[in-house]
Amino acid sequence: MDDLANLIDVAKTERSRQKRLRVHCCTSTGCRAASSEAVLTSLQDTIKTEGLEDEVEAIGVGCMGFCGRGPLVEIEPSAWLDPAFQGDKPLENEQLYEEVKPEQAASIITALKGGTAVAVKGNPQHPFFARQMKVVREFSGRIDPERIEEYIAVGGYRSLHKAVYEMTPAEVVDEITHSGLRGRGGGGYPTGLKWATVAKMTGDQKYVICNGDEGDPGAFMDRSVLESDPHLVLEGMAIAGYAVGANHGFIYVRAEYPLAIQRLQKAIQQAKKYGLLGSQIFDSMFDFKVDIRIGAGAFVCGEETALIQSIEGGRGNPQPRPPYPAQSGLWDCPTLINNVETFGNIAPIIHRGGDWYAGIGTEKSKGTKIFALTGKIRNNGLIEVPMGITLRDIVEDMGGGVPEGDIKAVQTGGPSGGCIPVSLLDTPVDYDSLVAIGSMMGSGGMVVMDDTTNMVEVAKFYMEFCKEESCGKCIPCRAGTVQLYDMLTHLLSKQATEDDLIKLEELCRMVKETSLCGLGMSAPNPVLSTLRYFHDEYEALLKTPAFSSS
Amino acid sequence: MLHKAQETFGYLDEDVLTYIARGLKLPLSRVYGVATFYHLFSLKPAGAHTCIVCLGTACYVKGSGKILEALEQELSITVGNTSADDKVSLLSARCVRACGIAPVAVFDGTVAGKVEPPAALSRIQAWEAED
Repeated sequence: MDDLANLIDVAKTERSRQKRLRVHCCTSTGCRAASSEAVLTSLQDTIKTEGLEDEVEAIGVGCMGFCGRGPLVEIEPSAWLDPAFQGDKPLENEQLYEEVKPEQAASIITALKGGTAVAVKGNPQHPFFARQMKVVREFSGRIDPERIEEYIAVGGYRSLHKAVYEMTPAEVVDEITHSGLRGRGGGGYPTGLKWATVAKMTGDQKYVICNGDEGDPGAFMDRSVLESDPHLVLEGMAIAGYAVGANHGFIYVRAEYPLAIQRLQKAIQQAKKYGLLGSQIFDSMFDFKVDIRIGAGAFVCGEETALIQSIEGGRGNPQPRPPYPAQSGLWDCPTLINNVETFGNIAPIIHRGGDWYAGIGTEKSKGTKIFALTGKIRNNGLIEVPMGITLRDIVEDMGGGVPEGDIKAVQTGGPSGGCIPVSLLDTPVDYDSLVAIGSMMGSGGMVVMDDTTNMVEVAKFYMEFCKEESCGKCIPCRAGTVQLYDMLTHLLSKQATEDDLIKLEELCRMVKETSLCGLGMSAPNPVLSTLRYFHDEYEALLKTPAFSSS
Repeated sequence: MLHKAQETFGYLDEDVLTYIARGLKLPLSRVYGVATFYHLFSLKPAGAHTCIVCLGTACYVKGSGKILEALEQELSITVGNTSADDKVSLLSARCVRACGIAPVAVFDGTVAGKVEPPAALSRIQAWEAED
């Protein structure tokens, strides 16, 4: 790839290759488990037998989001994928089918000639879809993640070209700072500031790391992004490399994500072939190569210093900070480390500008966030929404509420977060509001619990998780989580007294304040938040029921 | 390196770890430390079949604990072990990220969604009946 003209050529050739109608079938992990591959084969076969090859094509795509009702099949005119497309998108031209069985797939194709399909029809205008705002997931579920040409046809790698040829590294950093983007891995550290810190460091060798060690149970947005649009992440990393002066990137992916790893490998190869990764990208002086590192099942490796240890080949023990990775990270070189979703935001920001991005969301939390809506809820799946939307809108309107009974709580932030009671559902979803009520944004897991869920057991469940995942390096976390777990077990066997509850809370605060890394500091959050909002459930478990002091 | 060894041998016994340590000129304790730190590496051989029950939050809320209990009873082993006849290893996972179709179990690498205890039992019984 020499320059922009070549890129545009590839895009044009690909667009003229595409058929008028595209039948998208999800082939991500969730839908695959519900035999979506057989559905896709049947769709493709039927197109041939019906003689529709010139008009219609069936494509295996990434995640469409509505995983609870998979496999999903969607029909969309290819013209809508053209970045230059303007005008109406008439509803009747978009069709969605849910829970498609392999034997129903053929009828979806024959229905294109007239008649009706025997599959369950979905509603693309349902609030679950209509209230989303897609930035990172704009092309998830609409393009084939295994073909770089499709990504280029929807405008891919344009932002990288723009960064390398029209902007200085400092201007790229400024644009990101200006957008107000904050780290999507959970902490919410301003991305622009992190980039600026690494960019300022001197030294010949710097690294960019993409953290794909998505550890929170119930969160699967990073898996989905990597499986559905791997090039978006690679482009984001390359832009970051240009901005901070790094020529080597690593993506650290959990070993539990074989499909994501396979698609990333393919994506890296294709990008190299087109000269979009490797040396002299777009014939410029900028080199950037990307390697994959595979995790081996350790939650703590999502912590940045532990992850760096793990890439170096050792035990994933967190290290005290400072020095921060930005100063001395991988092999003691300045290292920029961001989450998958953060990198997913970069290309759209460079393409449309920081102002555009800063116009979305709230004052302090800009842009959109992907959430994994799971648990006792009618509409399971992934949603991307603007920051500042209320929990109630997400859970009740988009999620359709709990199937039976009432909502009791929403758990956000995984084992590091907290349980938010139904009375606080009107809280806007942004970094600071969630912290204020004792939870956190985290990586974006949202588990809904109904009135049959015992909150003390939930707290114990998370504590068991933290106890096992604690790396054992610092004592508050290693011993504290075990003690907290034992206290909760004691409580659940109805042997505890009121004093024990006070001790429980004291120990929580101690572990929180004295642990070395984020795992220990946040491990007590599920206990603290349930103690705060569901104190009556703890009291009901005491040996002698407590009388309130009032 | 350990990924490759585990893939080749199925598990990492003392001989394999010693060999790797010698090859890399590292003390065995270092290699052993890394191997035991990560859940993915196993120091014990696995059974002919493996069943992994997801205990992630979403699956937990939807009752995956009951699936595990039923399987533990059927195989008369606790989670993390292999049945006496070496046919089935029963494991648990901290979320396989298919939360949309919870509760989830993985039978020999194939993810199955919306699993109920009777369905899981019949899968296991089929394995047990094999020669």
